[in-house]
Amino acid sequence: MSDLGELYQELIVGHSKKPRNFRKIEGADHQAEGYNPLCGDKITVYLKLKDGVVQEIGFQGSGCAISTASASLMTERAKGKTRAEADALFDVFHKLVTEGPAEELDTAQLGKLAVFSGVCEYPARVKCATLAWHTLRAALQGSAEAVSTE
Amino acid sequence: MTTPGTAKDAAAASVATQEMPPRGFDVQKIREDFPILKQTVYGKPLVYLDNAATAQTPQTVIDAIDRFYLAQCANIHRGIHLLSERSTAEYEETRAKAQRFLGAAETREIVFVRGTTEAINLVANSYGRKHVGAGDEILITAMEHHSNIVPWQMLCEEKGAVLRVAPINDAGEIVIEEFEKLLNRRTRLVSVSHVSNALGTVNPVERMIEMAHGKGVPVMIDGAQAAPHLKINVQKLDCDFYAFSGHKLYGPTGIGILYGKASLLEAMPPYQGGGDMIRTVSFEKTTYNALPYKFEAGTPNIAGTIGLGAAIDYLNQLGLEQAAAYEHELLAYATKKVSQLPGVRIIGTAREKASVLSFVIDGVHPHDAGTILDQQGIAVRAGHHCAMPVMERFGIPATTRASFAFYNTIEEVDALVSGIEKVQEVFS
Repeated sequence: MSDLGELYQELIVGHSKKPRNFRKIEGADHQAEGYNPLCGDKITVYLKLKDGVVQEIGFQGSGCAISTASASLMTERAKGKTRAEADALFDVFHKLVTEGPAEELDTAQLGKLAVFSGVCEYPARVKCATLAWHTLRAALQGSAEAVSTE
Repeated sequence: MTTPGTAKDAAAASVATQEMPPRGFDVQKIREDFPILKQTVYGKPLVYLDNAATAQTPQTVIDAIDRFYLAQCANIHRGIHLLSERSTAEYEETRAKAQRFLGAAETREIVFVRGTTEAINLVANSYGRKHVGAGDEILITAMEHHSNIVPWQMLCEEKGAVLRVAPINDAGEIVIEEFEKLLNRRTRLVSVSHVSNALGTVNPVERMIEMAHGKGVPVMIDGAQAAPHLKINVQKLDCDFYAFSGHKLYGPTGIGILYGKASLLEAMPPYQGGGDMIRTVSFEKTTYNALPYKFEAGTPNIAGTIGLGAAIDYLNQLGLEQAAAYEHELLAYATKKVSQLPGVRIIGTAREKASVLSFVIDGVHPHDAGTILDQQGIAVRAGHHCAMPVMERFGIPATTRASFAFYNTIEEVDALVSGIEKVQEVFS
């Protein structure tokens, strides 16, 4: 059984305390809100796309260390990705946090995100780790018009 | 990490021993009755502090359920054979035990339900739909569990009635003057928790019932958190309805009790239709059974009921008042220890409390605290505790909650305190 350190690694604690890209993107053309009713975690992901590529990304909200660090690291990785690339990355990440590190997983693709491998031992925390990603996916699928009501 | 049995813990325990004079309450002996407590999780002794969610069952309850399925399983109230007669007798015996446990006047005032939630839904659907109309009001408090909010909201929505909420103060106590002011000629029912699951507050229900009755308003008490920790007497309280759940009373899940005054239950329409709740059925007209069977449609949770009977026996033998006194000292000790930790704030500081210690740690989300405590073998609840309005009242998303039972020990409280220190260390 994994010990504490495997879940709450320094990188996760660090990003939870000082999340990167923790801001609203002015003039965002895509955004979505995510909510985990189980624990009350809330997140809004803001995006600016150009030619289908993520130019700018930011998030705001409140949540546990796992969800905040996951959102922070996600924004670092999603920048410069196309919709399809971001989707593919989420699929690999989702596999990592639900099934754990496996040989067939492309660890190079995961990079720093591999720090979340300990989450698979805690099924109750999978939703914390994936909330930001689900929200990113929703934002990428949403249209600019929905955002203009803001 | 620090595990129970270190010098520091021993010192704390000896202080505690001075604080807690022996009362003939042998907690180590009592723990022997609960096989589940002997296990380790993640290689550490299980410290079970999630009793407000579900309490553990003693061997006698497990044996009673086993015995039912091994030797006696049969439906009740309909078989003419021996097993059915035995099942029926034991099922009805539990009703009598519950009647005595609650101090009710008659056994027909005891209705078996799935739990407190179903009991409240029964009253909302049966009593509520009959007596509540457009513009009428239901009065609850700001510290209710969702199960004592949502059924009333649903009723109000259907009837065009209004849900009124009596406020609580910063300590998590009802503001009694405001409660009294909210009682008016449109109030049709008051429904209030006896003990708050999120804050541990013991409400002054006797006074609240007196105030409501003064305005001719009946009162339902959600006793889910109170029945395991306080001696209840529904006649003395003079409440109109009282509900509790078996699984918080050291019994099985899926069984609970609704007490209702016979005069009210008599006048209420059935909640669900089906077998056992009828006297005669024809396609033209059905006549309903007498109390309490009118409210017990279908084959009930017979094994669960018998298990609940065994749980009540266990508590009677243990002495609920003695157990409550011990729990109170555990809570006082835990409150003192946890409040001494820098960066930890207790949520719910009412003068009268039972079992529950909710807290937040600066800079740490309760879910992270819960996971880190879990990894040390300490089972607590983290979240909004099905009381989102309470969290909003205190301006927090969630709390970490430890809740104590009579089988918990001073050493386990010390383990919790060390566990919280470990949480702070991870996030330091």
